[in-house]
Amino acid sequence: MQRNLLQLFYLISAVLFVLGLRGLSHPKTARRGMFLAELGMLLAIVGTLLHHEIVDYRWIVAGLVLGTAIGAPLAIWIPMTAVPQRTALSHSFGALAAALVGFSEYARHGAQLGGVRVAVIGVEVMLGSLTFTGSLMAAGKLQGLIRGYPITYRGQNVSNLALLAGMAGLTVVLALSPATGAAFYAMVGLALVFGVLLILPIGAADMPVVIALLNSYGGLTDAAMGFMLDNKIQIITGSLDGSSGFILSVLMCRAMNRPITNVLFGAFGKVQELPAGQETKKPIHQTTVEEAAEILGTARSVVFVPGYGMAVSQAQHRVRELADMLKGKGAAVRYGIHAVAGRMPGHMNVLLAEANVPYDELHDMDQINSYFSETDVVVVVGANDVVNPAAKRTPGSPIYGMPILEVEKARVVIVCKRSLNPGFAGIDNELYYGDNVLMLFGDAKDSMVKLATALKQ
Amino acid sequence: MIDPGLIGDLYVFVLAGFLGQYVISRVSPLLHTPLMSATNAISGISLVGSLVVAGAGHGPLSTTLGFIAVTASTINVVGGFLITDRILKMFKAGR
Repeated sequence: MQRNLLQLFYLISAVLFVLGLRGLSHPKTARRGMFLAELGMLLAIVGTLLHHEIVDYRWIVAGLVLGTAIGAPLAIWIPMTAVPQRTALSHSFGALAAALVGFSEYARHGAQLGGVRVAVIGVEVMLGSLTFTGSLMAAGKLQGLIRGYPITYRGQNVSNLALLAGMAGLTVVLALSPATGAAFYAMVGLALVFGVLLILPIGAADMPVVIALLNSYGGLTDAAMGFMLDNKIQIITGSLDGSSGFILSVLMCRAMNRPITNVLFGAFGKVQELPAGQETKKPIHQTTVEEAAEILGTARSVVFVPGYGMAVSQAQHRVRELADMLKGKGAAVRYGIHAVAGRMPGHMNVLLAEANVPYDELHDMDQINSYFSETDVVVVVGANDVVNPAAKRTPGSPIYGMPILEVEKARVVIVCKRSLNPGFAGIDNELYYGDNVLMLFGDAKDSMVKLATALKQ
Repeated sequence: MIDPGLIGDLYVFVLAGFLGQYVISRVSPLLHTPLMSATNAISGISLVGSLVVAGAGHGPLSTTLGFIAVTASTINVVGGFLITDRILKMFKAGR
């Protein structure tokens, strides 16, 4: 296909992509939007396949078939609770593709391209390589293949910054003397290592930020690939993808009241030293299934607050069944969802939607907080830090200042929890000692089933 | 010193970034997970660059790297759109 005509194809694709993303502003228009985006993708691929530079289709077909054979089952059968690791994994695939294409460009043209172009290739391969290993690490941590605890050591930030400086320095060397292959390959090696080291100190609770950040890096990598190949559709898409990841990272950070530098360099959640003297154990109020069911049975308004614990125990369906039962008894049921509940942005919404909870019952923090004071019962299912009032009243707490779901304002709060162990951040939850708070110990799914059975009687 | 092509690309990059800020900030927080899988699918557009590398007959190294790149990008395009649709299908309004 003629180059100019192909560019027109790409322009239409870009427009369809933007329209597709715009569709995501509401669940009603989302699927239609995605259809437009798929159309755009098809157009771009078909147009490219007709490109005159392509002379041999054998490896292309093989790649398309293999990619479909891996990608489709992964998307169709993966449980919804594993969507965060699938997302991280796909960031690494995208980054791998970009890095390899850049690698091939340098290996083929080398210095003939001139300093500026080679530096562009360098930046592209660098972003691709570090996003590749970083995303693999994130996926490993989310899947539990690598321990979720932050791994820290002395001089970590200094050595990471030194690596970054090294990569930047080698890119400058490449720009000045593009023929220095050694500089290129050394830079790729450093970038691969850097990606791993960047994710090591990050704890599982910070994953929503990190996954969004890697999304943003992936977008930048794509855009860099577009610069390298002088291909505007990739620049546009990469830029959109990059802004999306960036906006999500900012939103997640705001929801935790932490600057992004603190997530990357702070190693949150390793050891939180509590000030001495605050260790005095206050009494908690433990409850039984029967008592909790009785309270729920008379409630007129109930709010469920889910957290990662609900995902771990796959309790979303049982939560919905309990909610249906309460609705049958005439209670108004809502769900309060904190932006960083779970392991990726929007994680809880997806799990509850999977369990057939209508989306108009899902409320974000700003919508639900004013409602708690008129709520009879709040049921906390596997959420911890996002309901910890220490964020509002204990200036020394590591989560002080974080916006939280103010569940303690409700008449009664029932907390379903495995044990009194602190959450990932390792912070004692002041909520549990409140006078209106009842602790129901046990597996979340189990407790939901038992509550529903007790309510039937 | 810097060729005009790169400058044009820079225009596109910056303006698309602003467009992204505008479009993405209107996405419902309900749909942040499908947003990530959707942008992931769309970023599989790196497939078009990979296709040329895999099929232009530039020699065994380029073809092999291109083949892996085509595979990896296809995983994202196919997998990304499929899972996005699977997720979006689950979001239903109340009766």
